[in-house]
Amino acid sequence: MANARLLLPDSMAAGDVVKARLLVEHPMHTGYLQDLQGRLIPRNVILRLTCDYGGREVFRVEPSSGIAGNPLFEFFFRVQNPGELWVRWVDDRGVAGELRHPVRLQPAGPPART
Amino acid sequence: MMQKWLRWCGVAMCWLCLAVPAAAQTRQLPQTQLKSGLAFAGADVRALQADEFGNPAQLWLARGAQRWAEPQGAAGQSCQSCHGDAQQSMRGVATRYPSIDIKSGQLLNLEDRIRQCRSQQQKGPELLRESDDLLALSLHVSRASHGMPLRVDITGPAQSHWQQGQRIFLERQGQLNLSCAQCHDQHYGRRLYTDALSQGQPNSYPVYRLEWQGVGSLERRLRSCFVGVRAEPLAWGALASRQLSLYLMWRGEGLPLEVPAVRK
Repeated sequence: MANARLLLPDSMAAGDVVKARLLVEHPMHTGYLQDLQGRLIPRNVILRLTCDYGGREVFRVEPSSGIAGNPLFEFFFRVQNPGELWVRWVDDRGVAGELRHPVRLQPAGPPART
Repeated sequence: MMQKWLRWCGVAMCWLCLAVPAAAQTRQLPQTQLKSGLAFAGADVRALQADEFGNPAQLWLARGAQRWAEPQGAAGQSCQSCHGDAQQSMRGVATRYPSIDIKSGQLLNLEDRIRQCRSQQQKGPELLRESDDLLALSLHVSRASHGMPLRVDITGPAQSHWQQGQRIFLERQGQLNLSCAQCHDQHYGRRLYTDALSQGQPNSYPVYRLEWQGVGSLERRLRSCFVGVRAEPLAWGALASRQLSLYLMWRGEGLPLEVPAVRK
């Protein structure tokens, strides 16, 4: 259960501010709901999720139990060099997940879609 | 005179016998008026379903594609070993379930069939009902029928199941003493408190429901309906649930299958 997807614009040039979309598979159990047998499910939410790019943190979120299951995050960052986005997260149970997504630049592409 | 009367009665009875099944299959909801649950959903839900990246059911679809290709069990076979590419080989399959299993004569829904395949053909560990792996596979198979019209077979051995399904649909249930038909045939489009009443169409399963924060089967949805009218929910795996599904699929005949779908 540490699956995630990330989407970047098709073409990006150095200096562009682009939108990243990140979908993380996580139940985000609030601790108040029951399973199909009627037993209370203990709270299990993502405590912290960060995204690094070129050694710098570009996004961080601490979702609480108020965020829906399988959360979709959108954030903007400025692309400079080719590299990768490194997303990491950890939940209440201590289960950690990560996703590495390449950032490829196009020298003379059309303007980035945001 | 008496003999003539008796003979007339006999003929009339024969006509009645012939006429009853045909009359019983008249549609309360004309096929021209069928509407997917999407038509009753809010703008947010419709946008989330249409968002090819953000639709959370995509996570299950990705998992389904993985499970399809993974060898399982003693036979060492994956689904793909026999069936090839699901998007080709499984085209139209999801529109025909529930259907009668030829070997056992039982009425199976799509999830039952996948579970049967896992235990009998792959000889692998049981796929638990409503488990994410099962739903992912079911979603992967259903995806191959996206946009194709529902078309179940209700003739032959399926006919009695269809009749039972219709009986359940028309019967008043639970503390609220409501039948499925009262809300979904007679009052769809109106509101029950703040909820828009849909037609209760089965064309989007397995579905991602925001209430569930996950993907669930039609069987799970039907259980929720029973809870909704404060009736005792059908047990997991109950035949009645498959019979009701069969009736619903017939009732929605012609609606295009919508996968992956999102509902509130």
